[in-house]
Amino acid sequence: MLLNQFLMLGAVLFCIGVYGVIVRKNAVLVLMSIELILNSVNINLLAFSLRNGSADGHTFALYVIAVAAAEVGVGLAMVLLMYRNRRSVGLDELSEMKG
Amino acid sequence: MIASEILVAQNVGFAIIAALMVIGALRVVTTNNVVHAALWLVVVLAGAAAQYILLAAEFVAVTQVMVYIGAVMVLFLFGTMLTRARIGAEKDLNNKNAIIGLPIAVLLLATMLIALNDGFKAEKLPVDAPIVTTQQVSDQIFGIYLLPFWALSFVLLAAAIGAIVLARRD
Repeated sequence: MLLNQFLMLGAVLFCIGVYGVIVRKNAVLVLMSIELILNSVNINLLAFSLRNGSADGHTFALYVIAVAAAEVGVGLAMVLLMYRNRRSVGLDELSEMKG
Repeated sequence: MIASEILVAQNVGFAIIAALMVIGALRVVTTNNVVHAALWLVVVLAGAAAQYILLAAEFVAVTQVMVYIGAVMVLFLFGTMLTRARIGAEKDLNNKNAIIGLPIAVLLLATMLIALNDGFKAEKLPVDAPIVTTQQVSDQIFGIYLLPFWALSFVLLAAAIGAIVLARRD
């Protein structure tokens, strides 16, 4: 197996995630795109861990998974609050800070 | 000869799983149905777990299955159910200036692929690398990376309390 095949898979998933974050308006779908980005990072961490023969990548992949879980919990709570206050989860309607 | 057969099998497995993951990811960002997006995301996450096993990281793979597919997807489906008025396809999921997303993503991808191609060309992953055991990982988490682990515990605690405070009704 080449190192680059995993890194390129990570790059493709990362760019698809970035595309989703830019294009989507629904807040739940933006959170899903962020999950894609975090997963691509994990693939890179584990590929380099295997290349260098060290366990550091595994440790940080586990940390990334934990942070992603926390992020989804808070993110969905915020989405729920937003839906309760304005009956919509469109991110373009949050424009009070536009000055 | 047996080793080379295993390598071929690994490459074939990688290609199939990678294709499934890319298709799933594209469907996540293009589908018109939020529930379908969540289910396609399951395909991507399960494929990622399979790639972790190919990368000899079985503990991370199992954690991925339990945390992502077990917990995060349930959260997503709950979030979808609690915030949507109707079931089925919706028209209004994309931004009004969504057209700039595609060039940005393609440019970013091209840059990354060129950089990776220049940087690592055809470097092979070591076939007989020492296997990273779960014991080593735990020694690191509770050894040199103990401080990030503590910080992470507080992040999780704050996230749990914060989610409850934000979502409760009064």
